[in-house]
Amino acid sequence: MADDIKPRIRIPQNPKKGDVLEIKTLITHPMESGQRKDAEGKTIPRRIVNAVSVTYNGKPVLSGKYEPAISANPYLAFFVKVEESGTLAFEWKDDDGTVYKAEEKITLAG
Amino acid sequence: MSSESVMNRRRVVVGALGMTAAAALGTIFARPASATPEAAKQLLQTLAKGEPREGRVTVKAPEIAENGNAVPVTVSVDSPMTEKDHVKAVHIVADGNPNPGVASFNFSPASGKCEIQLRVRMAQTQKVVVVAEMSDGTLYSAAREVKVTIGGCGG
Repeated sequence: MADDIKPRIRIPQNPKKGDVLEIKTLITHPMESGQRKDAEGKTIPRRIVNAVSVTYNGKPVLSGKYEPAISANPYLAFFVKVEESGTLAFEWKDDDGTVYKAEEKITLAG
Repeated sequence: MSSESVMNRRRVVVGALGMTAAAALGTIFARPASATPEAAKQLLQTLAKGEPREGRVTVKAPEIAENGNAVPVTVSVDSPMTEKDHVKAVHIVADGNPNPGVASFNFSPASGKCEIQLRVRMAQTQKVVVVAEMSDGTLYSAAREVKVTIGGCGG
């Protein structure tokens, strides 16, 4: 099950210095709310991505805490201002302790 | 057919109707307890202490969401996002879900622009309330009601 969890990230093409880029992210995850019941009436235990954080060249850009009210396959779009080329690093934390990581290189033109 | 057997049949029909009504009531009460606007307000007070002002925050969401499983919500806060004046945090709650909390975000000047889009589960028609905390400590708030056709928390 955990093997299906995969982050997807979209960054704009040809960024320039000083641009404010829109980054779109999605991570495939069931986000089991802990409210649902299975066929036998037993509650399915909660398992969600409870935190997300983004850094650019090690500097924090955005971090968030999620509750079960976030939809399955949590989608998040946000902005980042780029003054230099670098690496955008992403981290998602699962209720079960797993941390999913991803990185995107941003190279500025000119 | 004797009149007595007709009476019996009627009784059976009435009895069956009663059972259905009882079952219907049962399902209503078996639904998970939902948060109230008061609970949402209380949660916001613990997340960001103080009295929020109107303005600067914009919440975009569909007026009518057919599927409560994934309602796109866009939150933007009017701020220059400089070192001196930026948005520190954004808290999102929904007052009609089993638990009012949705998400909290911390921002930094590196964002350049304070705008996020995410997808939220909504169990029923309800208000999404957003409170933004600025770097100088002031709070701004906005709310948007979303009508939900099919709720997204059961199953």
